[in-house]
Amino acid sequence: MSSIAASSSSIAVLLSGNEAIAQGAREAGVGVAAGYPGTPSTEILEALVRSDPDREVYVEWSSNEKVAIDVALGAAVGGTRALTTMKHVGLNVASDTFMTAAYTGARAGLVVVSADDPGMHSSQNEQDNRFLARFAGVPLLEPSDSAEARDLTIAAFELAERFDTPVLLRTTTRIAHARGLVTLGERRAPSRAGFVRDAAKYVMLPGFARRRRVVLLERLEALRRHAEETPLNRVELRDPAVGVVTSGIAYQYVREALPEASVLKLGLTHPLPEALVRDFCARVGRVLVIEELDPYLEEQLRALGVAAEGKRFFPRAGELSPDGVRAGLRAAGLVPAGTPRTPAPAPATAARPPVLCPGCPHVVPFLALRQLGAIVTGDIGCYTLAASPPLSAMDSCVAMGSSIGMAMGLVRSGGASGPVVATIGDSTLLHAGIPALADAVANDTPLTVLVLDNGTTAMTGGQSHPGAGATIRGDGAPRVDIAALCRALGARSVTVVDPYDVAATYRALEKAIASPGLSVVITDRPCVVAPVKIRDTPFTVAAERCIACQLCMNLGCPSIVWADERYEGRHKVAIDETTCTGCAVCAQVCPTDAIALVTEGAPAHAG
Amino acid sequence: MPAESGSVLLVGVGGQGVVLSSAVAADAARRSGFDVKQSEVHGMSQRGGVVSSHLRYGPLVHSPLIGAGEADAVVALEWNEGVRAIPALRPGGTLIVSLDRIPPPSAFVDRHGGAVAYPAVAPDTLRRTVPDVRAADATSVAAAAGNARAMNSVLLGILSPLLPFPAEAWDGAIAANVPRAALEANRAAFAAGRALRFPAAPAPGTGRPRRRAPAEPPSVGSVDIVDAWCKGEDCAICVRACPEYVLGFEPDARPVRAVRPDACTACMLCEILCPDFAITVRRAAVPAGPSLVAAETT
Ligand SMILES: Cc1ncc(C[n+]2csc(CCOP(=O)(O)OP(=O)(O)O)c2C)c(N)n1
Ligand code: SF4
Ligand code: SF4
Repeated sequence: MSSIAASSSSIAVLLSGNEAIAQGAREAGVGVAAGYPGTPSTEILEALVRSDPDREVYVEWSSNEKVAIDVALGAAVGGTRALTTMKHVGLNVASDTFMTAAYTGARAGLVVVSADDPGMHSSQNEQDNRFLARFAGVPLLEPSDSAEARDLTIAAFELAERFDTPVLLRTTTRIAHARGLVTLGERRAPSRAGFVRDAAKYVMLPGFARRRRVVLLERLEALRRHAEETPLNRVELRDPAVGVVTSGIAYQYVREALPEASVLKLGLTHPLPEALVRDFCARVGRVLVIEELDPYLEEQLRALGVAAEGKRFFPRAGELSPDGVRAGLRAAGLVPAGTPRTPAPAPATAARPPVLCPGCPHVVPFLALRQLGAIVTGDIGCYTLAASPPLSAMDSCVAMGSSIGMAMGLVRSGGASGPVVATIGDSTLLHAGIPALADAVANDTPLTVLVLDNGTTAMTGGQSHPGAGATIRGDGAPRVDIAALCRALGARSVTVVDPYDVAATYRALEKAIASPGLSVVITDRPCVVAPVKIRDTPFTVAAERCIACQLCMNLGCPSIVWADERYEGRHKVAIDETTCTGCAVCAQVCPTDAIALVTEGAPAHAG
Repeated sequence: MPAESGSVLLVGVGGQGVVLSSAVAADAARRSGFDVKQSEVHGMSQRGGVVSSHLRYGPLVHSPLIGAGEADAVVALEWNEGVRAIPALRPGGTLIVSLDRIPPPSAFVDRHGGAVAYPAVAPDTLRRTVPDVRAADATSVAAAAGNARAMNSVLLGILSPLLPFPAEAWDGAIAANVPRAALEANRAAFAAGRALRFPAAPAPGTGRPRRRAPAEPPSVGSVDIVDAWCKGEDCAICVRACPEYVLGFEPDARPVRAVRPDACTACMLCEILCPDFAITVRRAAVPAGPSLVAAETT
């Protein structure tokens, strides 16, 4: 934020890991940065834009991670340092390029940031992307706090250029979204080395690729020798009885739980410095590997013949924590078993799962789909929250863009007990939905596709996308017309409807479901939270008219609460005027017209 | 560098400003010469879910996360979240909690019995578990100081005397992190919070036993359908109107059926709306279903 001031001198400022990566990239002279939003990676490019009011760097939100890595690879081939950022599952999408970019390398440094989400705070899985670096054969850097996030970003660009390879910089939620003190260095203007034609390096025809495969393997050997010497891997010799091999955030937990232990702290974790590891393990008594998620280091140590212990004591599922490390050390007999302190018990509390916002345009379409008895394949975005009560109107959510293909399969399975509807957000449609929609059209699938167009990528905080009409810097931009896009793909029935109009939305979906072949319904209303907050005159409930039927409670609007007053034993409702956005949806479903606009000065209802 | 170290957990509901409050406190620690680490989770939880931020300061801080039962203080911007965070406190730690209540939609799901799943607001009860509870009506204090939305600064003001950060460090941190338009309101709210004294003098009316809301008879019903009068799926008014999704059709069958009979609350909408008078709803006397958290608030 304000922390990355325009001028940089050697003072320590508080930066999140994401801000530190942006800072490191600026100090390394990054020229092009492209990414697709995804927690916990999103703030890297946002911080980069804030740090660059003079627009020295080209920064974009790409339509998906594959496009982003291609943009970055092309930029690096063109001779400027390039950064691409994504969440862990984003690298699955980008992996087609990633795997072969490991063959081509580039001219200028190419750094790929994968922000993993152990514990799945905001994700559909918790895959450990360190394996993807090994899979592709590229170097892997793992920072353990914000200061290292900056340092390793700079190191990543240098490594990338020195060895002519993409570098994977892998963070996790507790690096990306943790803040720590970072000493800033000077920013550099983007490097411009220029493009040099080299078909044997950049045209991966089998004949050329076979040669590059050999280059890749030789490069890995050179990198392994480098890993033995680099200060990014360091031995901290203390008590020789126990040696801990660790990387990333786990290092910090180990330093606190076992301050006297010797530690091999790995910052460059692929390729593994085998001699360094063997040497360290020979100098200590018992070897423990403490790492978050999968036994990535542990298995490699075992393959080296080291009797390393790890996942026997430390969890493989979920996020590691100081408590988890301590529990593992107790199980390993390394800290006194004793009784862990029992924290004060909490009295019963209300669960608080995430919910759709007051006035969210995604509510009504799902209310209609539930009433229509549809089988709903879902996708990823705010609208996935429609799977939870009270809407309870989504039957699947797997990966971005999966809704349409899965719906096609459900239709063809013959097993669907009701009409099949695929629901997909605008950002998700442009990310991975277009090929599936083309497929559905071309195979004449009897299916309804509901596109939830709220003009933004809302779940991750309101980033622009190709249908939003703005760039990451907020400049106006040409926009993809989603209705025209669907028609161009061959959909014959395309209906645009306002999701704040309950009856119209219901009828549009009812009609689409009843019509043969493929129909597209697009709900068109901006998100009320991002990129701009939208507030209209709030609504209020005339208590004397409320029969406590609970119809409005079925919207799940957080602004509607139970009043103390009851009617025939049921709670009447009230509206929190400070959070109501005035969408008027509840007023439309109320059978007694008890909900009306707050009128200034006068009581809401004359009676 | 100062020798002390400490941990503060800030909690609240998405959109309340937990992250900003934590940034202010972290910056105050930095300005006081401490090493600082701070960790929060952005993303999905910001859609009305729980937001928490861990803050640790000291001569040298490794972990950005506070272990369970190790926080010196919890600062809660919302009542339920303050109660939930109690296990984070070390013995003798301080719970600073706003009396603001944001019941989630899922607190209102007991359609038959009407029990509200939200903990009663009763700081005195909490003091049995946590001796040092500093509960304040932060929104009212902030409103009196100029802007109700600065309630988080009131809570930081209450926190400030507990931490070894000088007043200039706090003021510098507020000035550097709060948007300019809201700066003066937040400074005033911070000062108002800092001036509050705990344990507070009992407000008039507190200390008397709370009157529990009288138990209401549960709201349960059953539906009688005159099959011959029902026009079937072409009408379906009752199916769409029923708030409890009680009514539906078997495939290709004409008369409407109670497909979720146990869910009926006897709200009568179907009986009132059926154009053919085919439905009669009877209120039934059935014992209350299991109530959720015993938490009817007064
Ligand atoms: C491959 C991949 N990239 C990124 C994400 C992160 N992500 C989850 S939801 C979402 C945005 C979806 O936007 P949209 O479809 O427009 O729905 P909205 O949230 O606006 O309702 C993103 C980027 C992801 N889950 N998977
Ligand atoms: S952020 Fe926007 S799209 Fe997401 S739940 Fe809120 S209103 Fe809906
Ligand atoms: S108008 Fe009704 S549904 Fe819309 S935000 Fe306000 S209370 Fe919620």
